Amino acid sequence: MINYFSNPNRFLKLTEKLLPWLVGLTILFFLVGVYFGLLYSPADYQQGETVRIMYVHVPAAWLALSCYAFMAAMGALSLTYKHPLAGIAARSAAPIGAGFTVIVIITGSLWGKPIWGTWWVWDARLSSVLVLFFLYLGHIALSHAFENPLRGIRASAILALVGLVNIPIIKFSVDWWNTLHQPASLTRFDAPAIDPSMLIPLIIMALAFFLYFLTILLVRIKSELTSQKIRAINIKMIK
Amino acid sequence: MKRKHQRLILLFLVLVLISSGATLILIALEDSLVYFYTPTDVKSKSSTVSGNFRLGGIVLKGSIREVGTVTNFGVTDLENTLFVRYDGILPDLFREEQGIVAEGSLSPTGIFIATNVLAKHDENYMPKEVAKALKKSGRWKDSRPNK
Repeated sequence: MINYFSNPNRFLKLTEKLLPWLVGLTILFFLVGVYFGLLYSPADYQQGETVRIMYVHVPAAWLALSCYAFMAAMGALSLTYKHPLAGIAARSAAPIGAGFTVIVIITGSLWGKPIWGTWWVWDARLSSVLVLFFLYLGHIALSHAFENPLRGIRASAILALVGLVNIPIIKFSVDWWNTLHQPASLTRFDAPAIDPSMLIPLIIMALAFFLYFLTILLVRIKSELTSQKIRAINIKMIK
Repeated sequence: MKRKHQRLILLFLVLVLISSGATLILIALEDSLVYFYTPTDVKSKSSTVSGNFRLGGIVLKGSIREVGTVTNFGVTDLENTLFVRYDGILPDLFREEQGIVAEGSLSPTGIFIATNVLAKHDENYMPKEVAKALKKSGRWKDSRPNK
């Protein structure tokens, strides 16, 4: 599988085939998810209608974390196996993950104001997510900082791997320390602490966010590969 | 050994080193990474907990007394209780047995003078009807102290 995609043309062909389906599914899941989240699902017993922010906030947070893990894994692949596509995938994923992180922080403070009584606090969960955002920014900057794109990919892969320690810190910050942010509702040993009428819209929205991530990632990789081709042709023409 | 295997092992070693370094740092910083102290912390760690700090816990049942804009209430972690005085607007979620975080300092009389009160909410999400039904059937989990 890994070797199969070391030929970018093969990857491009597959992408062409997949993209229309992905776009369609993304739109479908978003429509269903927004309907369920905003209209069908009930208000919370404590938080009232404000709880609906969860349907955007939580999926965005999941994707921000998994996108980082993906980016680090691709960085590791490109460092060890010099896989050409892995480096491009890591570079393409960074801005998407940064976008998700911005969504998490903005929706989080919109949620925090009415419920906690503050836009922002420096507790372990919120601060570590802010660090994640800076890691994304650093990754984007570093991967574009070199004349030779391969060096940028190497440098940013190292940054991504070092920053990987932040991911478990974000995940477990709410269990390890006292935080204002509440602990996880879904990934715990007993049953999830969310009523099914709220869990189902949440999962649909999470799938929508995941499909969106996949779609944008493929589009970005495709355009990166295409611009590489154009660069190669230009160099040939100059010679 | 092939070069890519060497690189893989090196990468693995570096990751192990970084994560153990991070773990050590986090363990060393444990006390300053908490966002708030519980009433028990305040009693037992009186040397580290002083000046301005945040106090967290549950609002003691039946302890809320309002005098004008000033609210007096007890904050408990079910072991120890500390009394808080706050002059200002409380968040909507503030009520008996709700998790809260108060910012402020201890007065010489042992009352915590809060300058700001934030509400914590728990990880349970459910519609009103379900919450009612659970309370009726007696399966409602009493709000546990915030970890």
